[in-house]
Amino acid sequence: MNVVYILWLRQLKRSARSRARIIGSFAQPLLFLLAFGFGFGAMFQRAGQGNYIQFLAPGVITMSILFTSIFAGIEVIWDRQFGFLKETLVAPVPRILIMVGRTLGGATVAVLQGIVMFCICLAVGFRTSSLPLLPLALTFLILTAVLFTAVGTALASVLPDFQGFQLVMNFLVMPIFFLSGALFPLTNIPRAMRIIASLDPLSYSVDGLRSALIGETHFGVPLDLAVLCLVTAAAVVLGGYLFSRIQV
Amino acid sequence: MIRAQGLVKKFGEFTAVDNIAFDVAKGEIFAFLGPNGAGKTTTIKMLTTLLRPTSGRVSLDGLDPVTHQTAARKQFGIVFQDPSVDDELTAYENMDFHGVLYSVPKKLRQVRIESLLKLFELWDRRSDQVKHFSGGMRRRLEIARSFLHTPKIIFLDEPTIGLDPQTRNQLWTHIKKLNDEEHVTVFLTTHYMEEAERVAHRIAIIDHGKIIAQGTPDELKAQTGTDTLEQAFLALTGSTIRQEEASGLDKMRTFDKAFRRVKG
Repeated sequence: MNVVYILWLRQLKRSARSRARIIGSFAQPLLFLLAFGFGFGAMFQRAGQGNYIQFLAPGVITMSILFTSIFAGIEVIWDRQFGFLKETLVAPVPRILIMVGRTLGGATVAVLQGIVMFCICLAVGFRTSSLPLLPLALTFLILTAVLFTAVGTALASVLPDFQGFQLVMNFLVMPIFFLSGALFPLTNIPRAMRIIASLDPLSYSVDGLRSALIGETHFGVPLDLAVLCLVTAAAVVLGGYLFSRIQV
Repeated sequence: MIRAQGLVKKFGEFTAVDNIAFDVAKGEIFAFLGPNGAGKTTTIKMLTTLLRPTSGRVSLDGLDPVTHQTAARKQFGIVFQDPSVDDELTAYENMDFHGVLYSVPKKLRQVRIESLLKLFELWDRRSDQVKHFSGGMRRRLEIARSFLHTPKIIFLDEPTIGLDPQTRNQLWTHIKKLNDEEHVTVFLTTHYMEEAERVAHRIAIIDHGKIIAQGTPDELKAQTGTDTLEQAFLALTGSTIRQEEASGLDKMRTFDKAFRRVKG
């Protein structure tokens, strides 16, 4: 238990001390919120879909969680390159505990960022329709953060260095984000795209959060929760397995 | 305390460690010397559970690191060839982190961290992040950390690389002191022959994956008819220079340095 705690604490301290990274991680979601939110707002409204900021905010909050947690997981590569990973790998503790501690730490940071992003959205004019559902919203943030930190850890365990990182960004993270329904409603899109979106776990994060915050849903909350729980569990098992097989 | 029998490690076609055997007694300081790429680090990785041997057996205080991984890991502390401290944490936090990983009880942890940081003259800087430390200070911190959980064995893989003579001298003095006081068995590698001659009770020389000579410094000198360990070493291993490829880490460090310079 202490081992999980100290690794969790380390992730938090590292993030808190890296101000550049914190500011950087808000830049992109904020840009999306302002540029898309206000840029497409009038068009969205005219198409009879209501207020675009209302629709977009849950997507942008999910986005900040996705990026922060993938990065937190990928940090394993950094630790490997700069040697600290070895310190944890020769320690007399099961590697799965190390992986769990890191993942919870990374996920905590991501959730905190998501909450700050939520506050930024409020400042820009976003209004949540139901306060009692905020705990449900938080549940979706936590599941999403754990899921993608574990995915990042799994990837970092098999990538030898940062050269594969650009591939991960372009062929995994970006598609996961753009095809998730974070930016547009999943109704009335071509069938092929709807199928792809329904295979994208982030779609269920965005949908669940949107449902909790503004009461709009595509899949329904029970399905969102079930899919996310299942995929998150699978990602943690896979990440734990790959992490415990790292040789340096 | 440390025993290797018929130890082999192959990477594909290449045999990095070729059927080596040695015994290190409790409380002994054992130096493992050899040119670059001879198989020193690979051997240490096999002794410390980071690599699985292709064949052969290892035991640390009677425990096999392959079958009793966690128990074997408790027996040793290690200072790696490359740095392994967390730059973003302070010196004290790095020590504390290690203590928790090795389940050193809190009270004892605090006492030992203080005494080790004082011994290695880092106590005044304990609350500074390691990224502000010089190479020598980082090295001292790593060595202090490896002693924290009072291991029975310490592995030191080129611990003095890139350090000035003053720091090197001081490090070996401390290591000898801890070897005397805590009866730690020390397994070390180094390229500085005069260091090995000064601290090691016994020496093994490895080249191309094979141990080619073993004995006390005096025995090795007598065997080769030379006056210093350096001459003995050259007589045994020849004077051709070995080629080694830059590792990913070396490249990354160069990049990181250049990057920092750009940032100012």
